[in-house]
Amino acid sequence: MSELPQSIDETAARLLEHDYVADRQLATVVYLALKLQRPLFLEGEPGTGKTEIARTLSRMLGRELIRLQCYEGLDLSGAAYEWNYGRQMMEIRLAEKEGIAREALAAELFSERFLNKRALLQAIDPARAVPPALLIDELDRADEPFEAFLLEVLSEFQITIPELGTVKAATPPIVVLTSNRTREIHDAVKRRCLYHWVEFPDAARELQILQRRVPGVAEDLARQIVAFVQRLREIELYKLPGIAETIEWTRALMQLDAFVLDPRVVQDTLGVLLKYQDDIARVQGSEAARIVEQARTAAARG
Amino acid sequence: MLPLQQGPGHLAENVTHFARVLRAAGMPVGSDRIQLALQALQVAGLQGRRDFHAVLSACLLGRIEHRELFDQAFELFWRDPDLEGRMRALLLPQVQAKEGPQPAPENRRLAEALFPPNPQEPPQPPPPAQQLELDAALTFSAREQLQKADFETMSADEWRQAQRLLAQLRVTFAPVRTRRSMRASRPGRPDWRATLQTMARHGGELWNLRWRQVRTKPPPIVVLADISGSMSRYSRMLLHFAHLLGHADAKVESFVFGTRLTRTTRLLYSRDPDVAVAEVVRAVQDWSGGTRIAQCLHEFNHRWARRVLSGNATVLLITDGLEACDGGDAGSLAFEMERLHKSCRELVWLNPLLRFSGFQPRAAGIRSMLPHVDRFMSAHNLQSLAELVQVLGGSARPQRARTTTPSPTAAAG
Repeated sequence: MSELPQSIDETAARLLEHDYVADRQLATVVYLALKLQRPLFLEGEPGTGKTEIARTLSRMLGRELIRLQCYEGLDLSGAAYEWNYGRQMMEIRLAEKEGIAREALAAELFSERFLNKRALLQAIDPARAVPPALLIDELDRADEPFEAFLLEVLSEFQITIPELGTVKAATPPIVVLTSNRTREIHDAVKRRCLYHWVEFPDAARELQILQRRVPGVAEDLARQIVAFVQRLREIELYKLPGIAETIEWTRALMQLDAFVLDPRVVQDTLGVLLKYQDDIARVQGSEAARIVEQARTAAARG
Repeated sequence: MLPLQQGPGHLAENVTHFARVLRAAGMPVGSDRIQLALQALQVAGLQGRRDFHAVLSACLLGRIEHRELFDQAFELFWRDPDLEGRMRALLLPQVQAKEGPQPAPENRRLAEALFPPNPQEPPQPPPPAQQLELDAALTFSAREQLQKADFETMSADEWRQAQRLLAQLRVTFAPVRTRRSMRASRPGRPDWRATLQTMARHGGELWNLRWRQVRTKPPPIVVLADISGSMSRYSRMLLHFAHLLGHADAKVESFVFGTRLTRTTRLLYSRDPDVAVAEVVRAVQDWSGGTRIAQCLHEFNHRWARRVLSGNATVLLITDGLEACDGGDAGSLAFEMERLHKSCRELVWLNPLLRFSGFQPRAAGIRSMLPHVDRFMSAHNLQSLAELVQVLGGSARPQRARTTTPSPTAAAG
């Protein structure tokens, strides 16, 4: 485990060391979240690097990453804990044989031995020497009742198990929540967190990200790719390409040994960048050629 | 429950009656509050009418939004000696229109609540019995006629009465299974946690198994209402309908569109339907203007569909399908309709034009929209809205043939 950063600049610098190019605003929020021990709530379009922040933080601070992927119907037994009913049954059988007193059995049956710990409980386990980084990913995919389970964890870093008592983290974990905003998250969750909307990066930052994440990409190609994607984001598309798509596309183009963008290659690889048929149909053909032309001149200029 | 303390005279009776009136007008007044009010009145040491008002409002009022309604009801109920007469005047303006006083500005629903037309309700003060029966009969026949009257041709009075009848519609929704479960008394899925807890309490003895069952909830509803000139009167009634749905237990998102799309969900939160609809009318600038259906649907698909249709919603699209502004681009309209259809559970198109028995989908806009709806229903009178409620309640299952053109399900009225 390494020390927490002591300033915003240090946060940005250390994120950069681990290949995460954060803008000033994001660095500030991350710094505050670490300093104030508050959960970080990140909202934004898919593919803008929300999940990546949690990964980077866990690497940067030497913490284990515990990830909870949300889905509809996710409940306590999937997210926090579940009693091991099979073992409990067995215990009852054994107790009958050995003639253990009823009170003792009741106390024994719901002790920690019989508890299956899931992500949330693992993250706040007081036995941990190093508090982990907890990533609660795509919270908007879970249904609303699930948010209520989170409230206690987010504000007190504890979980109350009725049969056992309250489990509280010795040191609070680093908590990152992400949402793609397919629905609004309840205010009760939001007000326990620091909120940040993750934007698409500007051209300079996207270029920097590309050079960091795809080492070996030719300077010219990277510039053209960034210019192309930036122009694409100005068109009214159903789903704008994120940075994740830019990186994937760059890797694809490198695999195809492309050194410059040309309309034919773009045409063939558009599916890496755009994920809706309507969007592809809109960009394909002459439109793609036009954007490629624009991107080339923009990249040549600077 | 404790028996109500008898106050001096008929006070307790009257307070109870007053509370019932409030409840009928839409305020949540439980019997606990009535009891509290009666207790408060006994200890308050009343000095006058103002104190009385203060005590009752302290005890019976739970939200600031209801204060206006409460004050009006209080004025009417506790002052006017000729309450009966005025209430009759409110309900039957046509009977005494010539020589009677001007129709009072009070809330119509309040009048309804103070003087219910239901003959089963025991009349509180003793009025002439014949009068009451006449009242009830009149209202009943009026109701029969109203069921089939077209919203557009209604007079102001009929319109108000239709709103009242609409508010009495009982809405239930066909439940959808969720992925959550809840405790159950009947065998289903075993609840091991609860079972083992009882076993632990009883020294390992298995007394009885505990069960869980799947939890259900009504599907969310999204209302998209056209408020252009040709539709504004229907849309106004359908906004009342949307308000009603929102106060049943479903989650309702509502949008109105004319030349542009406006989200009105929050505006319809107000418990009072008249206030809520008035809010919407005030907030929307393009009321009774032209329509640009394709553009508005595009905006909905683009900005809102992913946020409000996530939980497999039922979409009620209320429009006549006639584009007034730009002649209509049938191609893009069909495209947006298809997208909307593919991102919701059920798309119901409510078209008041269906009231004409010889309706043929000739307009290009209508023709391009029709292949993409699950149901095509009329929504021009109360009867057709009642049919819609049945559809939502699942008593008439949707024909899920998405490939064929749906036939009109509601008869023209």
